[in-house]
Amino acid sequence: MARITAGIGSSHVPAIGAALDGGRTAHPDWAPIFAGYEWTRRWVAEQKPDVVILVYNDHASAFSLDIVPTFALGCADSFAPADEGWGPRRVPVVQGHSKLAWHIATSVVLDEFDLTIMNEMNVDHGLTVPLSLVLGQPTEWPVKVIPLAVNVIQYPTPTANRCFRLGEAIARAVKSYPEDLNVQVWGTGGMSHQLSGERAGLINREWDTKFLDQLTSDPEALRTMSHEEYVREAGSEGMELIMWLTMRGAIGPRIRELYRFYHVPASNTAVGNVVFTPEP
Amino acid sequence: MTTAAFDDIPGTYVFTADRAIEGRHLNRFCMSLMSAVNRCRFKADERAYLDEWSMSEAQKQAVMKRDFKALLELGGNIFFVLKIAAVDGRPTQSVAASFAGQSSEEYAAMMRSGGRNPVGIRSISGRF
Repeated sequence: MARITAGIGSSHVPAIGAALDGGRTAHPDWAPIFAGYEWTRRWVAEQKPDVVILVYNDHASAFSLDIVPTFALGCADSFAPADEGWGPRRVPVVQGHSKLAWHIATSVVLDEFDLTIMNEMNVDHGLTVPLSLVLGQPTEWPVKVIPLAVNVIQYPTPTANRCFRLGEAIARAVKSYPEDLNVQVWGTGGMSHQLSGERAGLINREWDTKFLDQLTSDPEALRTMSHEEYVREAGSEGMELIMWLTMRGAIGPRIRELYRFYHVPASNTAVGNVVFTPEP
Repeated sequence: MTTAAFDDIPGTYVFTADRAIEGRHLNRFCMSLMSAVNRCRFKADERAYLDEWSMSEAQKQAVMKRDFKALLELGGNIFFVLKIAAVDGRPTQSVAASFAGQSSEEYAAMMRSGGRNPVGIRSISGRF
């Protein structure tokens, strides 16, 4: 049987990918971030997951505003890094897991989560930067990845609660998959940041800290939080944090927080990383 | 969801249905800049390229002036209008700084010292 063995929360700031790709990891702006991910990098290497279900958002790369799926699940065999205007990141092509992805799609749609099935999709920094942060710079990614793209750009975005409940439905789907697979769920984006308007550059360290505390001990508070409150407190792009709730929903009610890292800034953004394991 | 739901948050653009309707063709134009051929055509004659899209005159002027604040007010989505900055080779952080009327250097220094303090800029009605 497939098992969800861990949940990871991670930011996906594009400038981190650019720093890594450009060989600037030792620069004082970036060194603390890579050092902060070292624990997670070593831990995941030991855990050797077979598949990562990676919850992220596309930033006008694979999706224009012509079609706006609320939840889009990558069912293809592979996903190429997207050209975001500077040429694609020189990272390996992401290998998917079609059979598990289709199993999840089938299970959650029958469970009344009407997601979109993607058989062709490029993936941007939202997906590849967390892979780089946690897996480093290998010639091939050591894990298969099922991308789950969430719309957090065009309102109405899904509610935090809907993201959480989709995570619970994904957990039910994974548990019913017959092959023995070690599966992790990663929720990405955030933490507090805002790219536009007079509040550009907003960082709310106090709120971010509370978010991380509640993600561990009181996800109920985060599930019921309104869109307005997320934007008010975490900035317009802080809305991405609802994707961490899909991860939290997927790992079950009882969890252990193994690791936490928080740093300001990466370019315009507060960076967060947490590692959870489910408890019996 | 209307724009009004977010109006109590100062200095913030949320890409609601209202903004999507107004910015439909502006954002389509921005997305067209994902293609190298289109980027060349745009750079060669901005006005002629813009005239191929059913955008308002105000939207076209805002593109030509690189007035990112106006672009968002006219229905642009931040991730789409940033494609215009990418054509110019201008970093995201420089655009972010311009919204707040800061130089890139001032803005970068602010970020290094912890970012913009949220106290007092979260709720107009609640004054917090």
